Amino acid sequence: MRYRHCDTVEAEVVPATAKILIAGGFGAGKTTLVGAISEIRPLRTEEMLSDRGIAIDDTSGVDHKTTTTVAMDFGRITFRADLTLYLFGTPGQERFWFIWDELAYGAVGAVVLADTRRLADCFAAVDYFEHRATPFLVAVNCFDGAPSYQPKDVRIALDLDPDAPVVLCDARQQQSVKKVLIALVRHAIAKNGASPRYQGRPLPAD
Amino acid sequence: MRPYAVTKGRTAPASGSYVGLIDVVVSVGDPQLPADPQLNREHQRVLSHCRQPVAVVDLASEIDLPVGVIRVLLSDLSEYGVLRVITAQAGPATREHLLKDVLNALQAL
Repeated sequence: MRYRHCDTVEAEVVPATAKILIAGGFGAGKTTLVGAISEIRPLRTEEMLSDRGIAIDDTSGVDHKTTTTVAMDFGRITFRADLTLYLFGTPGQERFWFIWDELAYGAVGAVVLADTRRLADCFAAVDYFEHRATPFLVAVNCFDGAPSYQPKDVRIALDLDPDAPVVLCDARQQQSVKKVLIALVRHAIAKNGASPRYQGRPLPAD
Repeated sequence: MRPYAVTKGRTAPASGSYVGLIDVVVSVGDPQLPADPQLNREHQRVLSHCRQPVAVVDLASEIDLPVGVIRVLLSDLSEYGVLRVITAQAGPATREHLLKDVLNALQAL
């Protein structure tokens, strides 16, 4: 029997899945944030880059095909049997844009986690999400002892579009992370209404 | 064993079909694969983990194979008719509904 596509199947619980990306510089607290709200200890899976992804590396002198492995950490919140939210930490090195494209494809949106001691670390993520029109917000992780900035200062420092929210959070606290995710989804709904087109572009066929 | 050995070196499904990270897969019919030279032990192992609907990323993590490898195996199984792929809702009409559903669920958390 050939399977039928889900859209044609009725009278059956079709599990809906959604994903949110957690981006930010190394050490900004991405894994901490995911762990604070995930029902599972953040899991790790691997994606492999073949030639296409590696082409940006200098492979001169390498005469055989190589693959690079990229680890992706993710957490999960199962709200109901038919609704699950996945949280994906983005790989730190910006050269893995191939993975970012895959993660951002169809995503609800992204949280760019900022450490005010190293704000420049989020420039690449902000640029990326602005460029591909993925709804995102900046969450300033309030580390103990870190300089405290007002959200408006962070907005100016990152040169954010006026509609991108900036919120303060404590990535260790479940309730704080929950508020961040709620703010992001609200923002995504507003952007979806303002521009009801498909967010993100399809992946190119291999 | 090199990971792509189980896919006979293929890094993308032949059909060009794309299985996303949070797409859900579930086996259809007999969970035992018929003998077929095109299908190997890894296909059977993947299929045996799909008796209940499972997201691709969870599956990859459970059976510890890279997502790229899983994707090829899943596509083979789908083309063979023993696996159903439930694509994550992503179109504009369903997106609005999904976003509101997620918002409500988060607020109730």
